[in-house]
Amino acid sequence: MSDPKITLAEVEQVARLARLALTDAEKEKMRRELDGILTYIDKLRAVDTEGVPPTSRAVPMTNVMREDEPKPSCPREDMLANAPDRAGELFRVPKIIEE
Amino acid sequence: MLTGLSVHELAGRFRRREATPTQAARAYLDRVAALDPKVKAYMTVTADRALAQAAAADARFQSGRPLGLLDGIPLAIKDVLCTRGIRTTCSSRILENFVPPYDATVVAKLLDAGAVILGKLNMDEFAMGSSTENSAFFTTRNPWDLARVPGGSSGGAAAAVAADLAAATLGTDTGGSIRQPAAFCGRVGLKPTYGRVSRYGLVAFASSLDQVGPFGKDVRDAALVLQAIAGHDPMDSTSVDVGVPDYSAELEGGVKGLRIGIPAEYFIEGLDPEVEAAVRAAIETLRGLGAESQSVSLPHTEYGLAAYYVIAPAEASSNLARYDGVKYGLRVPGARDLIDMYSRTRGAGFGAEVKRRVMLGTYALSAGYYDAYYGKALRVRTLVQRDFQRAFERVDVIVAPTTPGVAFKMGEREDPLQMYLNDVFTIPVNLAGLPGVSIPAGFTQTGLPIGLQVIGKAFDEATVLRAARAYEGATSWHERKPELATP
Repeated sequence: MSDPKITLAEVEQVARLARLALTDAEKEKMRRELDGILTYIDKLRAVDTEGVPPTSRAVPMTNVMREDEPKPSCPREDMLANAPDRAGELFRVPKIIEE
Repeated sequence: MLTGLSVHELAGRFRRREATPTQAARAYLDRVAALDPKVKAYMTVTADRALAQAAAADARFQSGRPLGLLDGIPLAIKDVLCTRGIRTTCSSRILENFVPPYDATVVAKLLDAGAVILGKLNMDEFAMGSSTENSAFFTTRNPWDLARVPGGSSGGAAAAVAADLAAATLGTDTGGSIRQPAAFCGRVGLKPTYGRVSRYGLVAFASSLDQVGPFGKDVRDAALVLQAIAGHDPMDSTSVDVGVPDYSAELEGGVKGLRIGIPAEYFIEGLDPEVEAAVRAAIETLRGLGAESQSVSLPHTEYGLAAYYVIAPAEASSNLARYDGVKYGLRVPGARDLIDMYSRTRGAGFGAEVKRRVMLGTYALSAGYYDAYYGKALRVRTLVQRDFQRAFERVDVIVAPTTPGVAFKMGEREDPLQMYLNDVFTIPVNLAGLPGVSIPAGFTQTGLPIGLQVIGKAFDEATVLRAARAYEGATSWHERKPELATP
């Protein structure tokens, strides 16, 4: 067996970056599965991409411009209707600033 | 029976006053009530709205002014497309109670064309999967064998058309999510060129790959629905402002002299021998109709899947950052602080496959790995695209299997990588942004459908559909129906 592609500590770090709470059982399973997928993805290394430009979208397109015309946007009440928690016309969230 | 008819047949009945939209809507709603408990294609059935829309269509026919061929036609929509006032879940716990304040452009276009929307269709969570087993709520069954999956991620959309639970449906395709379930369910599924159809109101998975397209009982129906949804949309800056041809007008043009390419890289070890035999027979049928076949090479095919599993998760990890429990969707209570609330909400709201892809994408984009994974994958994407460009200098369409195998049993593929390999023949088409259709091309000895894929040049859906229609016209696979108990 070669070295694992990804360690448990890396799984925990990536989960922190992704804002994903994982249980201990999920972390180990995730490590094993990501290891298998990353090993498969490693086959990309065999491809010679020297001098090949990257393609980020299939249809080349830059700077789609339009006139800056004022138009009505979605009504505030419609946008707030799905909020899990609100205070009047605001989205309410847990405290961010320490007292 | 009205539910057995194609869209164009049903439209003819309406025009000849042999049936009304309300009769059709009731027939479909009755069938859904009787059979969907077995097939489980629908997430949400919108019976009252559908009957109101049908009554409005009745009135237009009575006054002699129907809107067009889709007027009064009962359709259904994959639950990843926003529907104003109708719950849109993406088959995810995190959006279980989300009610969009607006319609996706494609939905608005169908409503403007007079269509009757029967409801919303089950899928793999956030369109990530190939079987609908990743739906947070239930697995849709394959109408040809209820122990098997319908494919995915648009499994509900494919099964609904196969079981006559809708006249046609809309799905989305990021790596094969229309074509693979169409193949598994023995119906027509078209992924248009990237940019041909607006993505406004399509809940994003991988924005550079996602595209909306139709499922139909036959090629003519797919063309009719594409006609209704295609075109530039100011609300989607990646939709392309090129003319939309009359797809139905060119449909019967035949394939005499059409140059079809057969890619050697799609006939590989692991391809089900029955699928290979059916596809080779289909190529002979096309040759018999006057098409000229030649072999073409798409040498980077085997790297497409690996590139996709960097690019799509990378885009997904960014797109799904919006599910943070603040503006809509689930929020898990009892958090210590804001970050804790985000993490717990996402941990509870996302299923295993979504978490896996968010993790994979975050990893591939993180410092130290970006160039090795994401940068490399984007360069390989260029090579996949160039393969197709070279091939299309010599041929008009490429013909290949849609999938390496046929519908598998529920629970059979537990390893994520084995599941991903399903999409090896469909993914390169998304990476290159090309149009592709899957059409029925036969059945296995055990009675499971086999799909034939026709791939075209960018924005040349017309030729893809014409070739598909020529094959369909010479065969009868699309007329076969699964043996479900009739209500």
